Amino acid sequence: MRLYAAAVYAFLYMPIGIIALFSFSAGRSASSMEGFSLQWYGRALNNPFVMEALWTSVRVAFVSAILATLVGTAAALALTGMRGRLRATFDLLVQIAVMIPGIVIGIATLIAMVSVFDLINPWLEPVAGWTLSLGAGSLIGAHGLFTMSLVVLLVRGRMETLDGALIEASRDLGATPFGTFRQVTLPQILPAILAGFLLAFTFSFDDFVIAFFVAESETTLPIYIFSSIRRGVTPEINAIGTMIMIASLTLLILAQLLLRRSQTRKRP
Amino acid sequence: MTQSRARALLLTPAALWYAALLLLPLAVVLIFSFGERSAIGGYAPGFTLEQYANLPARFAAFRNTLTLAPVGTLAALLIAYPLAYFLAIKVTPKWKTMLLVLVIVPFWTSILIRSYAWIFLLGGHGLPALLAAVGLEDIRLLDTPFAVLVGIVYGYLPLMVFPIYVALEKLDLRLLEAAADLGTPPWRSFLQITLPLSMPGVLTGSMLVFILLMGEFLIPAILGGGKVFFVGNALVDLFLQSRNWAFGSAVAVALVVIMLITVAVYTRAVKRFGAGRDDVGIL
Repeated sequence: MRLYAAAVYAFLYMPIGIIALFSFSAGRSASSMEGFSLQWYGRALNNPFVMEALWTSVRVAFVSAILATLVGTAAALALTGMRGRLRATFDLLVQIAVMIPGIVIGIATLIAMVSVFDLINPWLEPVAGWTLSLGAGSLIGAHGLFTMSLVVLLVRGRMETLDGALIEASRDLGATPFGTFRQVTLPQILPAILAGFLLAFTFSFDDFVIAFFVAESETTLPIYIFSSIRRGVTPEINAIGTMIMIASLTLLILAQLLLRRSQTRKRP
Repeated sequence: MTQSRARALLLTPAALWYAALLLLPLAVVLIFSFGERSAIGGYAPGFTLEQYANLPARFAAFRNTLTLAPVGTLAALLIAYPLAYFLAIKVTPKWKTMLLVLVIVPFWTSILIRSYAWIFLLGGHGLPALLAAVGLEDIRLLDTPFAVLVGIVYGYLPLMVFPIYVALEKLDLRLLEAAADLGTPPWRSFLQITLPLSMPGVLTGSMLVFILLMGEFLIPAILGGGKVFFVGNALVDLFLQSRNWAFGSAVAVALVVIMLITVAVYTRAVKRFGAGRDDVGIL
């Protein structure tokens, strides 16, 4: 049994380990180890295409995560304790957004946006002097839609475990609804909101499938990596991959710690 | 401001987002699937069932998806179950959290990079070199269904381990002790107690992995070398290369319909299983 578990862990870590190991190779070959050097990290960080893709990824992930967190948290607050048809409709929407494959969301967003832009642009151009097109905006919209649904699930889950007595007590003591929210509810759900933000950021940062369809001329880091792999693997890609893995892991571990904190706080 | 108005205000941004970027796009795909391909590519309005009648033209993609997705799910299940069992029942609490985190960590890193890693392991210097050393030369692994299968099992294994672990964790070990006291051999108590009680986890894990595999595109693109393609790859081809939006939409609709049917069947299976659970309690 232990041997079996060890074998599965080896299976899980060997590919990641290989990439990390080869990224320190001094040689030109991406698939073998020739000496030790950090040169490929230096090259990756000095490659203007990589840095531009990184900047696009960070910008898109940050804006979409902020929007998804704000909108998702608001929706989760409204949905808590709500019943009836509206609630059922929203639950269904959240489910659909999480369940439909990314590839279908990607193509659907692509053709819907292009069609809408084709309708609007002939009117818009003479008036505004510019036209709508795919790019960072469509990326933010498509990523945010998925991650907003995750935020709704997280924050609503946290709201449902809150102690209602605290809110009543605050009301009895004469606090306004907004005051109660700011001083009682918000501090308790804040870890879940922050965790939602970090998850949303990481999803958007790591996403390739949706971006592949709606990014058009914008190149995010995963798109850059994908097209580089097609041209052939290089140690530079290994270095970029290793850095991305470390960054994503750091953010997600942080999110988990926040979630755990929000769960243990429940019991005083 | 009344409470219901406050609620409506808080819900409006999310509702608009869902309407504009989920419902509208899905409706557009549905409408386009009944249309025609315009001469310059893209879409021309119309109402025809031609696109659906043409679906057999992409038979290979559907066949690959509908064979590799269940096979991949089953392979992941067979590898995940013993590990979940080990984590839930055999491991001491001290190690449990750490070992669980170690299962999920790879899942938290980009699937793109994890799939790309297998190019090294299945390519020339990796596994084929090892096989050549034991006399099995000239075995090509990359760009084969096997490579895609390895990639998908690797990619989704953690997602299978967790639900099964959660189900097994709830298992009342006294049931196993009682069975042993009554002289039941371990393999029988596994088949009659452990396995049935862990079925909810098995079903959840299989469903999660199967659904994600149905829409898979990245792993076949990286490890299948254009030879092993899924419906997802057919969609990329139809929308980005041939620009045949009407036919692509019909393929997408067919994919979603197959998924919905699967979910419906799954939900019924879970319900039936839930009804049968009392029998196990008596046993």
